[in-house]
Amino acid sequence: MSTLQDKIAKLFPQATFEDGEFLLVNIPDAQWHDLAKTLRDDEDLAFDYLVTIVGMDWTDRLGCVYYLTSTKHARHISVRVATEDRDNPMLHSIADLWHIAGIYEREVYDFFGIIFLNNPDMRRLFLSIDWKGYPLRKDYDEDPALNPVSTENERQDDNTYSWVETPDGKVEKKTIPVFGEDDFVVNIGPQHPATHGVLRFRTSVDGETIKKIDVYMGYIHRGVEKLCESLTYPQTLHYMDRLDYFSAHNYHHGLCMCIEKAANIKVPRRAQVIRVMMDELSRIASHCLFIGTYCMDLGATTMLFYTLRVREMILDIMEKTCGARMTFNYDCIGGVMQDLAPDFQQDVKHLLEVLPANIKEYNKLFTGNVIAKNRLEHVGYLSREDAISWAVTGPSGRASGWACDVRKTDPYSIYPELEFDEVTRTEGDSMARFKVRLDEMVQSARILEQLVDNIPQGDICAKVPKVLKLPVGHWFQLVEGCRGAFGIYIESTGTASPMRLKIVPPCLPLAAVVDHITRGGKIADLITIGGSLDYIVPDMDR
Amino acid sequence: MYDCSSITEWIHGLLGSFMPDWLVILTECVLIGVGLLLVYALLALFYIYYERKVCAAFQCRLGPNRVGPAGTCQVFADMFKMLIKELITLNHIDKFLFALAPYLVIVASMLAFAVLPWGNGLQIIDFNIGIFFLVAVSSIGVLGILLAGWSSNNKYTLIGALRSGAQMVSYELSIGLSVLTMVVFGGTMSVGGIVEQQKDLWFLFSGHIPAIIAFIIYLIAGTAETNRGPFDLPEAESELTAGYHTEYSGIHFGFFYLAEYLNLFIVSGVAALLFFGGWMPLHIPGWDGFNSVMDFIPGTIWFVGKAIALSFVIIWFKWTFPRLRIDQLLALEWKYLLPINLFNLVLMVLMVLWGLHYPLPN
Repeated sequence: MSTLQDKIAKLFPQATFEDGEFLLVNIPDAQWHDLAKTLRDDEDLAFDYLVTIVGMDWTDRLGCVYYLTSTKHARHISVRVATEDRDNPMLHSIADLWHIAGIYEREVYDFFGIIFLNNPDMRRLFLSIDWKGYPLRKDYDEDPALNPVSTENERQDDNTYSWVETPDGKVEKKTIPVFGEDDFVVNIGPQHPATHGVLRFRTSVDGETIKKIDVYMGYIHRGVEKLCESLTYPQTLHYMDRLDYFSAHNYHHGLCMCIEKAANIKVPRRAQVIRVMMDELSRIASHCLFIGTYCMDLGATTMLFYTLRVREMILDIMEKTCGARMTFNYDCIGGVMQDLAPDFQQDVKHLLEVLPANIKEYNKLFTGNVIAKNRLEHVGYLSREDAISWAVTGPSGRASGWACDVRKTDPYSIYPELEFDEVTRTEGDSMARFKVRLDEMVQSARILEQLVDNIPQGDICAKVPKVLKLPVGHWFQLVEGCRGAFGIYIESTGTASPMRLKIVPPCLPLAAVVDHITRGGKIADLITIGGSLDYIVPDMDR
Repeated sequence: MYDCSSITEWIHGLLGSFMPDWLVILTECVLIGVGLLLVYALLALFYIYYERKVCAAFQCRLGPNRVGPAGTCQVFADMFKMLIKELITLNHIDKFLFALAPYLVIVASMLAFAVLPWGNGLQIIDFNIGIFFLVAVSSIGVLGILLAGWSSNNKYTLIGALRSGAQMVSYELSIGLSVLTMVVFGGTMSVGGIVEQQKDLWFLFSGHIPAIIAFIIYLIAGTAETNRGPFDLPEAESELTAGYHTEYSGIHFGFFYLAEYLNLFIVSGVAALLFFGGWMPLHIPGWDGFNSVMDFIPGTIWFVGKAIALSFVIIWFKWTFPRLRIDQLLALEWKYLLPINLFNLVLMVLMVLWGLHYPLPN
């Protein structure tokens, strides 16, 4: 840790440091872009993966906390950049260094009104373009009269804006049209069978060939981060179910761990095992649904029913224990809500018995099919470098050869004790993304096999104070959701509700990367690629 | 085989006894038209039910099972629902072409019905270029699809129509060539003549290798021609919502829907005619006892049964394979099917010249 600090201190004397979970660097905005470039390019640092940008309002300052990871050295660092100008806050953009930064900065702009200089695309990301105010600022006016529910069609802007620094130090606002004059733009979404939710791709096509895609999100933006700021910690948990509803257990697990870490709560072993088992069951169910819907997108409708058969078994297991089939709300701070249903073990064993035969059947019906191969292979190629730069984690990232499984890179809970392989492939195409998920089901089954007979007796929940207050500070926790690395950032001022709760959704990068990998493909490839990335819209919109 | 032409001649004679000739023709036309409409509607209803049940079986489901015994009345309910639904009028469309398109599609499939061999002597029109007529009228359908896509003034329908245009024109070639191969073999373009040639043995067996190749190509091209999966690109649901008929509602949509199933029947019917003897029962040379038993089953049942069995294969395709992409679809036709087809045609000609096949009756 200290060598890292020394190195940065030598290069950037203005930087100040704070210790914590990760090293936190405070840097003035003027040096930020240089520091970012050094962090990324220096061989000893090599922070090539931008985990997230957390927009912050500390009431006296506005700013961002950047979380960076080095895939080479497996190290983390966070950088805090702030500005005191509340009327016209500006920070330097790092969109030229990390591809994903462009879209993360748009999110910060949307919520905090911080303008990122030199970012080529400074539009709102989730809120409508007429929205007044920046909702995550502490002085935001919540009066509904300011932002009434619109009964008109949403106004839409065909231009994007960019604030550019001129050589003489002035800032200039430039208007850039999103599409060219003669482009034939087809709207795919928001109501479309293949966007898997209300997501909209404005697609400029030349015949059947895609020239450019403008991803338009925010149709199910519910302001979860804003809502969480006025809730107590146990209450915030319920929103995790409603992000990626297929990873509900994993997301609960993530937030619980972050809060437990902050409040220093030790989770009983039994609860740990139950949580991990639920996570892995969710993963199998989620991948089953992925395979089914993906094949359906490609026209092979029958597969859906074959995969739902397995998913249905898992949902039955969940229902018996959690009482729900969708928004489980099972993990709670300190452990889990209820004990396992009496026939849980028996059901899981039955599932493990039938799963291999089913996976074999999926391979027989779809994976080996000539048409499927032609549709998937070499379609939507994403290189390892691009996957990291676009922060494409989860099975999609691993298909490009990036070993990004949080269960392996930053092991949590009881994962270090378990035996399982991280599935990676090198092809980086849609077929690789499909196969990684198939293989991950096998690995999840392996984990379940190790645990199903080894669930220890004991408490299912630790003693947790009735009113849970976190100490002053900030914490960050990553978990492996079904679609990628899911992160939670909590900043607390010592009260019973978070001052800032930032959710790092794995699906936002997945949607952002669509434009990059579909260019030059056919319209049908957009469906192939979008499906293979397997994004969930409520997760990216929050 | 019982020859149904005696019945039709008797009706003709009966009408002729008290009517002038022109009125007889007119009456017969009307009667046949009504009969055809009836068969058309019933077949469509049957096919919808059939596909639903078959697809349900593939997908480990039950399919329709609530309305009527085993869900048989479900299709009637659905069709009735479609009939009474509102025809939504859209702005910014070419109203005339928009209304014309579904009729073109349905007329094309109705015309094709005229030459199908429904049974011994049960053919609406049997003339010396029946096959040629069939190929000609079945290509009218694509015009309807193109018009539908164009006149809807919608980007999805336009892309759907363009895909459909490219697809139909390409696969028409394969259909035409494989039909031509069989015409070379049969030595006639008359539908009655072709059926008669299969009196001893169906073409698929008497024509062996080239006939089997032609059959496989015909089946692939026929599936593409009916816009069914895995070639359902013009209406690729996950890409273009409903493709060329996105903007249609009510019975206009119903026409497209019906035509799809009827085309399925026509494609299977033509395959039955060209490769499986039309209404001709299964005859095996030398097995006279077996042959005469087979003759007891009426020709109409043979024909419809064969068509339905072949449709099963096409339905099987749809519920098994993923969809192709447009460039792969065209590559399949132009790079593979067409050359194979041309080669196969030459092969067939040589086979006929050298008499390497099972001898035909005439």
